[in-house]
Amino acid sequence: DPEKVKKKKFWWFTNSPTVIVMVGLPARGKTYISKKLARYLNWIGVNTAVFNLGQYRREAVQTYKNYEFFRPDNEEAMKIRRNCASNALTDIGAYFTKEQGQVAVFDATNTTRERRGLILSFAKEKGYKVFFVESVCDDPDIIEQNIMQVKLSSPDYENCDKEEALEDFLKRIECYKMTYVPLDEEKDRHLSYIKIFNVGSRYLVNRVQDHIQSRIVYYLMNIHVTPRSIYLSRHGESDLNLLGRIGGDSGLSTRGQMYASALAAFVQSQSIRDLKVWTSHMKRTIQTAEALGVPYEQWKALNEIDAGMCEEMTYEEIQGHHPEEFALRDQDKYRYRYPKGESYEDMVHRLEPVIMELERQENVLVICHQAVMRCLLAYFLDKSADELPYLRCPLHTVLKLTPVAYGCKVESIFLNVQAVNTHREKPPNVDINRKTEDALQTVPEHV
Amino acid sequence: FYIGVFFLPHLCFTVSLYLTLSLSLGPAVCMTNCPTLIVMVGLPARGKTYISKKLTRYLNWIGVPTKEFNVGQYRRECLKIYKNFEFFRPDNEEGLKIRRQCALSALNDVRQYLCMEGGQVAVFDATNTTRERRDTITRFAEQNGFKVFFVESVCEDPDVIAENIVQVKLGSPDYIDCNTEEAVADFMKRIKCYENSYQPLDEGLDRELSYIKIMDVGRRYLVNRVLDHIQSRIVYYLMNIHITPRSIYLCRHGESDLNVRGRIGGDSGLTSRGKEYAKSLGHFIQEQNIKDLKVWTSQMKRTIQTAEALAVPYEQWKALNEIDAGVCEEMMYEEIQEHFPLEFALRDQDKYRYRYPKGESYEDLVQRLEPVIMELERQENVLVICHQAVMRCLLAYFLDKSAEELPYLKCPLHTVLKLTPVAYGCKVESIFLNVEAVNTHRDKPENVDISRPTEEALLTVPAHQ
Repeated sequence: DPEKVKKKKFWWFTNSPTVIVMVGLPARGKTYISKKLARYLNWIGVNTAVFNLGQYRREAVQTYKNYEFFRPDNEEAMKIRRNCASNALTDIGAYFTKEQGQVAVFDATNTTRERRGLILSFAKEKGYKVFFVESVCDDPDIIEQNIMQVKLSSPDYENCDKEEALEDFLKRIECYKMTYVPLDEEKDRHLSYIKIFNVGSRYLVNRVQDHIQSRIVYYLMNIHVTPRSIYLSRHGESDLNLLGRIGGDSGLSTRGQMYASALAAFVQSQSIRDLKVWTSHMKRTIQTAEALGVPYEQWKALNEIDAGMCEEMTYEEIQGHHPEEFALRDQDKYRYRYPKGESYEDMVHRLEPVIMELERQENVLVICHQAVMRCLLAYFLDKSADELPYLRCPLHTVLKLTPVAYGCKVESIFLNVQAVNTHREKPPNVDINRKTEDALQTVPEHV
Repeated sequence: FYIGVFFLPHLCFTVSLYLTLSLSLGPAVCMTNCPTLIVMVGLPARGKTYISKKLTRYLNWIGVPTKEFNVGQYRRECLKIYKNFEFFRPDNEEGLKIRRQCALSALNDVRQYLCMEGGQVAVFDATNTTRERRDTITRFAEQNGFKVFFVESVCEDPDVIAENIVQVKLGSPDYIDCNTEEAVADFMKRIKCYENSYQPLDEGLDRELSYIKIMDVGRRYLVNRVLDHIQSRIVYYLMNIHITPRSIYLCRHGESDLNVRGRIGGDSGLTSRGKEYAKSLGHFIQEQNIKDLKVWTSQMKRTIQTAEALAVPYEQWKALNEIDAGVCEEMMYEEIQEHFPLEFALRDQDKYRYRYPKGESYEDLVQRLEPVIMELERQENVLVICHQAVMRCLLAYFLDKSAEELPYLKCPLHTVLKLTPVAYGCKVESIFLNVEAVNTHRDKPENVDISRPTEEALLTVPAHQ
């Protein structure tokens, strides 16, 4: 009886949708937090969307003149802004009811008690939970850094030079300051919220209602904005790679060992401050790290996807022994679970603590495996479950990820040691009755 | 193993061990270069000891060697007999001297534990209500290269405080010869002695310190300057625990086909006795009249079939799946001895850490069960239908069993364990539901040598078909 069984893949089960309401003056990192939080929640399987009020306003007003639009005594503008908020809330409702959304992030200043009251009434009427995330910051350096990184390139300031834009934006902030009422420990003691002070040196957490809010708080308390880079790479080419066999626990081929040396030279040349190196528990990543001559940490969670019954088989053998399974995998590579093995979906689950620790750390080099690297990359680059299993992560190539503005800059560095290609594209024919040639069409070459 | 030893030149007599181990847990937890000193802060009866013990239990379970140091115990050892609250009067010079001695003695033992005995976290459980006392501790920590994290519990709800006193203070050795009224009256006066000199952690004055302030039993938290992974985990844990009365019911699936044949692992269905058990379990649950009971199973047939008989909604967790026996899946112990006698012996030598080839260890299990434990802490009444090794891990967490004891905890089929938090621990009721089942418990044999004869290896294997 499907009614009786609540089959949960992960441990959160939001009975009611949740509206996360951002609160704070402009340039306090609200959009940064909104986008990052949405990316994290989507990656772990909680359907989340961001509703940025600024975008609604840009659509309504088309051309931004100057800060005067935001003056609290500008009646006409106030009407437009209130309309935009209404529209955003309506869209949130639609997202929950029609698009199976579970979390909506309402990214706006929401700096007055009146505006927050409006949202609370809306949520109460519809049966949504509300969780406020307020960012409070009075460090002028951080605010200016913010403005430089993300505001100057905003559509609002397309035709302005830097000084004009900065000056106008600071006046914009002043407009909000006049009516800003922060969440109050006393008056708002019945609300659920986290108040973040000065980019995370202090937090005030009030009335966490459920698991998803608890995870959100945990996540927010682990992220930081200190500049750093994350280096992702696979192990050097392995003996099983050469034979076109998946999984297993083989050692490096000769070329794989050459890659390990090249990786060591590369890491040296980059002169990375306090670099942490992580590997899995499998020989091929450990052997690769050994060549670096620096301390490294092994994580079981970074082990390659368990191919169960298909471990150490070639794709040709899988097609020979389990043609139906092979086709089912092509039909839904993200959710397909090898018999007695894992799915990409399972892997995201087991990699979550790795992601959390990556967020806490600064410079890290992760030496892992193809499927693992796809999952990690999908998190940083906000790739969907459909794209994830087909992300290109070739051997002997380092991906350097550097957070910038609202996203991540990616540099791909091939270390000039040849290796086999292990990337198998989705074939055109995924039918379970397909012919062998069709199934094996996209298998990369091997010995 | 790769071990590097670094001397931190500015800290006398301090050696940091930098280890790279085969870690099943996120390495940052095991790789703290400096030990951490957790310092409790708060008036009496604010739950400091409750939090200390619970946090210690959790950290040890996830593999972080942790010990609590309760200054009250040092005082009792020093004083032998507690007369009354007057000992705690702020103008009692003699009392103050003794209390100061006790605190220093405890700190000495902390140093011993963290520097010489391989401890990673020490929980210093005392009121620590004055800034002066906290400064002493901070200086001590700095001298020894320990990180400090304060956990302050602030509560003004008289009902919560009264409940606290009734639950744990009245049974204290201090009040062994008093009746309830006398004890309560004296304890309230004791609290008064601390109140006047209490300086709570201050957002302004203490902004450089790392701490969490827990207000009103977890309604509100103030978290300041979390420095590292272990502090972040501690904060997450503290924010998920609660004290609402509830019970956790642990049981295994009903007897399975592979169980009766003496085979481990696999994914078989229930025997007829197993199905009978499922029905009995259904009746048992009904009779218990449990408020808002949540039911959790693994993703294996035998637990799902068991839950089905309850005719209530249940949730499946992959994390609750039985330990993966890798190459030994679906084998009998006799077959394991025949095909892998070396592995069989190695497992008996260190059952907690031993990992089946292509499988898991109990240590791995603990790591994958951690989110289950965290969610169990958040929840109220829950029935967990799981497996032998899984149940041993969960039980070890609630009953504070060591890694050595854990793999040998008795978790027989067709028996429900009802765990109810009480005072500083857990009350356990074992309820056998009167449906016979095979025994699947294999005790550690006497001879664990790799060259032992077959009979000695199989000495403790339970009977099966």
